[in-house]
Amino acid sequence: MSSQGVDLKKRRMLITATAGLSAVGAGFALVPFLSYWQPSARAKALGAPETVDISKLQPGAMMTAKWRGKVCWVVRRTEETLKTLQENTAHLADPDSEVPQQPEYCKNYHRSIKPEFLVAVGICTHLGCSPTYRPEIGPADLGEDWKGGFFCACHGSRFDLSARVYKGVPAPTNLVIPKHKYLSDTLVVIGEDEGGAA
Amino acid sequence: MKKLIAILSLALLPLTGFSSGGGGVHLESADIDLTDEAALQRGAKYFVNYCQGCHSMKYFRYENMQDFGLTKGQIEQNLIFGDHKVGELMTTGMSALDAEAWFATAVPDLTLTARLKHGGADWIYTYLKSFYVDESRPFGVNNVVFPNVGMPHVLMELQGVQEATIETDEHGNNHVTGLKLVKPGRMSAEEYDGVARDLATFMAHVAEPMKLERQRLGIWVMLFLLVFFVVSILLKKEFWKDVH
Amino acid sequence: MSFMTWIDERFPATKVWNEHLAQYYAPKNFNFWYFFGSLAMLVLVNQIVTGIWLAMAYKPDATLAFASVEYIMRDVEWGWLIRYLHSTGASAFFVVVYLHMFRGLMYGSYRKPRELLWIIGMIIYVAMMATAFMGYLLPWGQMSYWGAQVIINLFQAIPVIGDDLSVWIRGDFVISDATLNRFFALHFLLPFILAALVFVHIVALHKVGSNNPDGIEIKKGPKGNRWSDTAPADGIPFHPYYSVKDIAGVIGFLIIFLAIVFFAPEFGGYFLEAPNFEPANPLKTPEHIAPVWYFTPFYAILRAVPSFAGTQVWGVIAMFASIIVLFFLPWLDKSPVKSIRYKGPIFKAMIAMFVLVFIVLGYLGMMPPSPVATLVAQICTILYFVFFLAMPIYSKMDTTKPVPERVTK
Repeated sequence: MSSQGVDLKKRRMLITATAGLSAVGAGFALVPFLSYWQPSARAKALGAPETVDISKLQPGAMMTAKWRGKVCWVVRRTEETLKTLQENTAHLADPDSEVPQQPEYCKNYHRSIKPEFLVAVGICTHLGCSPTYRPEIGPADLGEDWKGGFFCACHGSRFDLSARVYKGVPAPTNLVIPKHKYLSDTLVVIGEDEGGAA
Repeated sequence: MKKLIAILSLALLPLTGFSSGGGGVHLESADIDLTDEAALQRGAKYFVNYCQGCHSMKYFRYENMQDFGLTKGQIEQNLIFGDHKVGELMTTGMSALDAEAWFATAVPDLTLTARLKHGGADWIYTYLKSFYVDESRPFGVNNVVFPNVGMPHVLMELQGVQEATIETDEHGNNHVTGLKLVKPGRMSAEEYDGVARDLATFMAHVAEPMKLERQRLGIWVMLFLLVFFVVSILLKKEFWKDVH
Repeated sequence: MSFMTWIDERFPATKVWNEHLAQYYAPKNFNFWYFFGSLAMLVLVNQIVTGIWLAMAYKPDATLAFASVEYIMRDVEWGWLIRYLHSTGASAFFVVVYLHMFRGLMYGSYRKPRELLWIIGMIIYVAMMATAFMGYLLPWGQMSYWGAQVIINLFQAIPVIGDDLSVWIRGDFVISDATLNRFFALHFLLPFILAALVFVHIVALHKVGSNNPDGIEIKKGPKGNRWSDTAPADGIPFHPYYSVKDIAGVIGFLIIFLAIVFFAPEFGGYFLEAPNFEPANPLKTPEHIAPVWYFTPFYAILRAVPSFAGTQVWGVIAMFASIIVLFFLPWLDKSPVKSIRYKGPIFKAMIAMFVLVFIVLGYLGMMPPSPVATLVAQICTILYFVFFLAMPIYSKMDTTKPVPERVTK
């Protein structure tokens, strides 16, 4: 093929411009297709902050709620439990909640706003099973040292009643504490705090 | 050859025009402005107060009223009755069974009315202004735009009572030739037209909430493609120098 | 050893590139009408991609389908754009394919040795109509429902087995959830069969080579051009010359297509019909129902033929015949020349009449029936068939102009 009289520089420039514009166009065209997979308005509406009435919750008992399709626990802890949580920390992987698995205002030994009430996302940080609430002390299957907590039957991870993970179990971190706030003494909103919705 | 192209292009022309006939009733122009946030807000207020008792907008979420300048707080306080959350769909409190019992028919959802009816917002506007007294109907009213309509004139307290001038043709069919206000309502005619226009605006918005967004975006897409078109023509011309 | 050599020893990448693009010699005199083949492929890709995305949020269930379309339009991020691309794309597909077929009709692209190429194209067209028809039921609006109802009832007109056949197609005694569910499955499947057919269409095209507006076989003409001594003198490499030209064509098409998507997605009620904004109601037929515009010429033929001898099967036969007759086009045209450029006044008049008849039928198919409209439709139906069935006669007796040896500009 002869290239006489062909302005190669102009051709290269036009090819570059066309390729560039095609890339930009394709990039913009991709946005709708990728965004399409984001949670829809319905998913967001269903995942809206959830208000829970805790007035009927007895000391030592747990209730569950659903936020963004995930199980959430509200546990009302007794005075003795709170005492144990403060003292019995040697076997915990992250007793002071250094890993940011909770809002700043829950970075304390009880991992909550009010010491009495724990609000936690009941999803194991290992592979996502929901652990079981085991408040009893020293049951046969969990051993003499069990002071009450959450036990994940899938892979044997153990958490105390502040949802803090034990050392040497599959789960790497403490359970997640969602943003939450109290509307009154008996109404707690999960998924939203003074700083806005999660 | 050239003639054929001319025929083809002529033939495509009428495709843009005629489909919106139907009904045969003259519709008044609502002259709505989808960018008029105040009108949309008033329309939403009238809708939840006067229409939503029976009619749902079950594909539209309350929170989408943020598109015309309301905050979630304002929507929750002023526009949501009952225990709906702001993210939920605008369903109605009335059950389908009650509707059947009261109206002897299913009450239509109004989300898409402005796209369903020929004339769109103009149809809604004219419809709201075209109720007249007709004792033969179960709710005592009839409508010029929607003959034998199965609902009462909910806005009668605002508009007042209209009577129709009816002429009978040679075949014995009745035709409404005019409407006359015989008992004024709380509003003047101009004020009531405003209510009808606001409702038409709101319902037109709800029928296609992304309309303004798609037009805005479309302009950018067109500009981009026009630039691209020029470049692609230059590229083609440059290469085709080899051929000619 | 270079990377391409490594590949070529295992997969004929360079060979395919050369044979079908860089050293595929296409006639140099392609005009405006030759854009529509590549555009049809573009629209097919658009339909498949947007269709797959829609299927990710759509529910093929009679109780959920309508709401799921509104869910896509409102709740899904950018769902409205994907949906409008798909709904506008359906109409655009037919616009482009009708123009592509008309190109073939004008320049005799169906004549020997391209008979099979034309027939494969016709199979694509029929598959496309089936896909579009099934897709139109999916939004589950009033027009979806009653349109499908009417078309499936066509099969009922077939003697003896008609009733059982239409029930079998629907999977119920009326259009129902079962019908919707199977139409969804087939609407998802057929586009991939279409894509395979398009591949076969191109294989056939590259075997015989492209026709051109002069209807001259460039392979039979002199050899030697600036790229190759053995290639046809009137051929130019498809790449880069027609690839750059098709890029410009694609952008030009996108300007029109996206202008409709962004500024008039309903296109005055032709691309999205107003009654379809109301959910399907088996108890109430809309005042006026008509198929989407691309089916209306055939629908008008169906309605033009009256029932007689106690059956309405004649209209159904006429409608299917009006499509089947197109398959025989390669053997109906007896003219010594291919292209309309060298055909005589009779053929030109007939083709102009055919275009007019097709458009009038399309228009009448959208209109409610009336005595005058039916009469016009009947005349047009006769003329439609005259165009094809009388072609062996008039194409032979028509005068022709001498065909030049080389393509003209």
